[in-house]
Amino acid sequence: MAGKSFLIDTSRCTACRGCQIACKNWNQNGVEPTKNVGSHQNPPDLSGSTFKLVRFSEHMGKDNKPVWLFFADQCRHCLEPPCKDVIEGYADDGVVQDEATGAVVYLPGSSKAPFDEVRQSCPYNIPRQAADGRLVKCTMCIDRVSNGLIPACVKTCPTGAMNFGDRDAMLALGKERLAKVQKMYPKAQLLDAEQVRTIFLVTADPKLYHEFAVAGLAPGISRKLALRKLFRPARELAAKVKVG
Amino acid sequence: MTNHWIDIGNSDCILIMGSNAAENHPISFKWVTKAREEHGAKLISVDPRFTRTSSKADFYTALRSGTDIAFLGGMINYILSQKKYFQEYVLEYTNASLIVGDKYSFKDGLFSGFDPKAKKYDQSTWAFAMDDKGVPKRDLTLKNPRCVFNLLKQHYSRYQPELVSKITGTPVADLKKVYEMYATTGAKDKAGTIMYAMGWTQHTVGVQNIRAMSIAQLLLGNMGIAGGGVNALRGESNVQGSTDQALLFHIWPGYLGTPNSKLGSLQIYNEKSTPKSADPLSANWWQNKPKYVVSFLKSMFMDAATKDNDFGYDWMPKLDPGKSYSWLDIFDAMYQGKFTGFFSWGQNPACSGANSTKTRAALAKLDWLVTVNLFDNETASFWKGPGVDPKQVKTEVFFLPCAAFMEKEGSLTNSGRWAQWRYKAQEPQGQSRPDGDIMVELFKEIRELYKSEGGPLPEPILNLYWDYGKDGKFDAHLVAKAINGYYTQDVTVKDKTYKKGELVASFAMLQADGSTSSGNWIYCNSYTEQGNNMARRDKSDASGIGLYPKWSWCWPVNRRILYNRASVDLKGQPWNPNRTVVKFTGEVKDGKYATSKWEGDVPDGGWFPMMNPDGSRRDDSKYPFIMQTHGFGALFGPGRNDGPFPEHYEPIECPVEKNLMSKQLTNPVAATYATDQDVYKTCDPRFPFVATTYRVTEHWQTGVLTRWQPWLLEAEPQLFVEMSQQLAKLKGIKNGEKVLVESPRGSVEAVAIVTLRFQPFKIGGNEIHEVGLPWHYGWIWPADGGDSANLLTPAAGDPNTRIPETKAFMVNVRKKGA
Repeated sequence: MAGKSFLIDTSRCTACRGCQIACKNWNQNGVEPTKNVGSHQNPPDLSGSTFKLVRFSEHMGKDNKPVWLFFADQCRHCLEPPCKDVIEGYADDGVVQDEATGAVVYLPGSSKAPFDEVRQSCPYNIPRQAADGRLVKCTMCIDRVSNGLIPACVKTCPTGAMNFGDRDAMLALGKERLAKVQKMYPKAQLLDAEQVRTIFLVTADPKLYHEFAVAGLAPGISRKLALRKLFRPARELAAKVKVG
Repeated sequence: MTNHWIDIGNSDCILIMGSNAAENHPISFKWVTKAREEHGAKLISVDPRFTRTSSKADFYTALRSGTDIAFLGGMINYILSQKKYFQEYVLEYTNASLIVGDKYSFKDGLFSGFDPKAKKYDQSTWAFAMDDKGVPKRDLTLKNPRCVFNLLKQHYSRYQPELVSKITGTPVADLKKVYEMYATTGAKDKAGTIMYAMGWTQHTVGVQNIRAMSIAQLLLGNMGIAGGGVNALRGESNVQGSTDQALLFHIWPGYLGTPNSKLGSLQIYNEKSTPKSADPLSANWWQNKPKYVVSFLKSMFMDAATKDNDFGYDWMPKLDPGKSYSWLDIFDAMYQGKFTGFFSWGQNPACSGANSTKTRAALAKLDWLVTVNLFDNETASFWKGPGVDPKQVKTEVFFLPCAAFMEKEGSLTNSGRWAQWRYKAQEPQGQSRPDGDIMVELFKEIRELYKSEGGPLPEPILNLYWDYGKDGKFDAHLVAKAINGYYTQDVTVKDKTYKKGELVASFAMLQADGSTSSGNWIYCNSYTEQGNNMARRDKSDASGIGLYPKWSWCWPVNRRILYNRASVDLKGQPWNPNRTVVKFTGEVKDGKYATSKWEGDVPDGGWFPMMNPDGSRRDDSKYPFIMQTHGFGALFGPGRNDGPFPEHYEPIECPVEKNLMSKQLTNPVAATYATDQDVYKTCDPRFPFVATTYRVTEHWQTGVLTRWQPWLLEAEPQLFVEMSQQLAKLKGIKNGEKVLVESPRGSVEAVAIVTLRFQPFKIGGNEIHEVGLPWHYGWIWPADGGDSANLLTPAAGDPNTRIPETKAFMVNVRKKGA
């Protein structure tokens, strides 16, 4: 499938958080009254005003040397997005999947869908709710991309950790980078590359980065995915009937 | 930086030590990443704390804060004892072969010439031995026991890994690993670079930390080459510029030493401070100093500066001999009530200076204080700060709002010495005005007062050249042109006439007779009759090594890599042809160079190479280290106040009773102060933990600009103190809870970050803990953000620069209420 994709190469990420701030800036998102709770990760989680978040995790590696992993979390823009199915079950003006890019973009009508259900449908725990009830998340900077610009997070990244382009090119880049990175980090891998448009290249076990780094890690996800596929024809039919 | 940011990408081994570049210079990692990915460069991170930089390193190890010279001394020892040095480079381009005079010695941690009463060295005892012509004696066989090479070997043979490890707390195996990795760059086609910052400079041995690395770089042949150099990552976007323009007490612009009052005339000043060399092979570039001094004085007073009045030399402020006027000294004097007024311009000393407790008390001794800043800050509002009763403060405070950097035009000089012009993006907001406009108006009023009321020594003010604006508006172009310099009269050189008022094309044209002006000789060539070179934006690069010679402008004379003639062999051919910086391509006749031509970067002097293709030496060449009096890279550096070789001393506050290297515990000539606020404690059980300060990506300096930026504050909202799990357990501290950090000078409340990234050190058999905290916060905003970490730090300074020792001091950490 064509369209666009991100490649997030964590081997290059220094957690400068330029992407996190650039995202807030472009989307003119507000702030949360944060406290330091014993971690540099702040805000503590994605939220109605935080679509991009650098997650920090540390553990002890070999030779008694720490390992510090950074995960610039955001919507994966799944090729077959389960959240879209759920929202469409409740509203026909709640979400679109942009044809040209494949971006999954929530619309104001998303407020009609029950937030918990949408959030639980996402294998990556991405959707959040804004104060006005709309469901929100990364938009792939669709307003920028459709005007020939790259997403704000990619534009600001100094190290090349954030990459964006045609899906084929990103897949190829991902494979090329993986081959190189594996020489230093044998456990390096691409996460769910065939299913998503935000492809992470990680250097270690994805569980060490983040609970929802990869689909299927959290219990129930695979069952949910299966159910989604099972029920989709019925929902699509229902949607069509409603539109008709 | 001797090199520049892009050049980091050319390196084969990048040592980041005394710096957390990934966090504080995020863009630098574009080039670090490039070097690693494109040609397999190795990245080494050495830091007391595992940082975002360390997370990307091929090898990481820790050292206790303040023990860098022990660590690097071990590296020098390794390079020498394992013969990893670049023999030909060391012999030809460094002062390894020079013979040191008989008076030099080193014993029990002290160099010769120490005067314990004055706490000062007589540096003349460190002089080189001279022949009857006044040229330093050399022994090219390196057998003479008094030659620099053997003294160096002797000095650093004491820095055995086992002993170093006991001082630094770094495991011996880790030391060896770092030494081994870095020493591979001694090969002639390999380049190693050092990226350092305030983690090295802010110590009572700050300058010697850098000197130690410079020695390693010279031994490995890493100076002057692509991917090498000694690279200071500056802490602000224009610190390099402010240093070049002498925002310091001890120099005039372009690193011309400030005269003291003993030097009673321009002639005496020139005689005493201009280096002399009798060696025809030494360029001794500083011999041109009088030209730069007179051109500078002309830029200050222009037509009023004449030969008869010493070009206004008498009007320039003079230092009292031996007296220091650094930041630490200013606030020490202020605290003692020796100032009536103070301009705090674009700074926030109540949070930024070491021992801010003392600084804040000092501000209350003033009659008046003018602060020029974008936002309210802890200095401007010190009179209503924590524990201060406004009724008891006599200081009258004025606040002048000024424009932000994007609201004015001008140049910034980055760490790589590039002066880059930038344009105004928008008009200043509200009543705020550009700093230049404020200065122009201020000076006009001051001059009017001197005109109408007189006063002591009015001449400097009345005669000052001040054509820097129109209608009260500052003009950055006029200032930039004055910095470059003009012909002050018609001058004819070799059939070419330069008209009065024309811009001088290069510092080679500057004169000592008053016919030229230049506000800063090293910037001469930045703004010429051809235009503003700093505004150039041509991205072409024929060099293949990222010099981008037509992008902005670099001092001196657009030379992108300093000492670049050390990147070639004696015949002018690159040590590493794959990364050519400069290359001699003159014509050859009968085995000899007949015409002169260099390609590549602007060479460090266009002389012929030192040797002809047939192997004969030339007498019209110059050694490559042209700013050094004798032309050689300084392994032995007799010009510093605290010794010609870096020696390990403990910080003024340290956790050990003995210096394992010598009987001398601390730097014998370090600057300390004696007011009741200057308390220093070593091995005091009340302050058992080493502390260091640092910064995070999200905030800038004291946070005056960033604490008001909600997105940045959201990411780093509060003062924190990072500590090991072991220390947290010892003190019953939980991750995320508020704790007190206390030093002999002050205390702050901070959120504990209990982390694997700090580990206790094994120091001489004891477990020593270290903690670290950023200095971005202040009581004004945010409400629960905490105060400045500099309330804890000591006002103790490096003997050369007086930079404060804020990177290694002692504290206690405890639960609130415990």
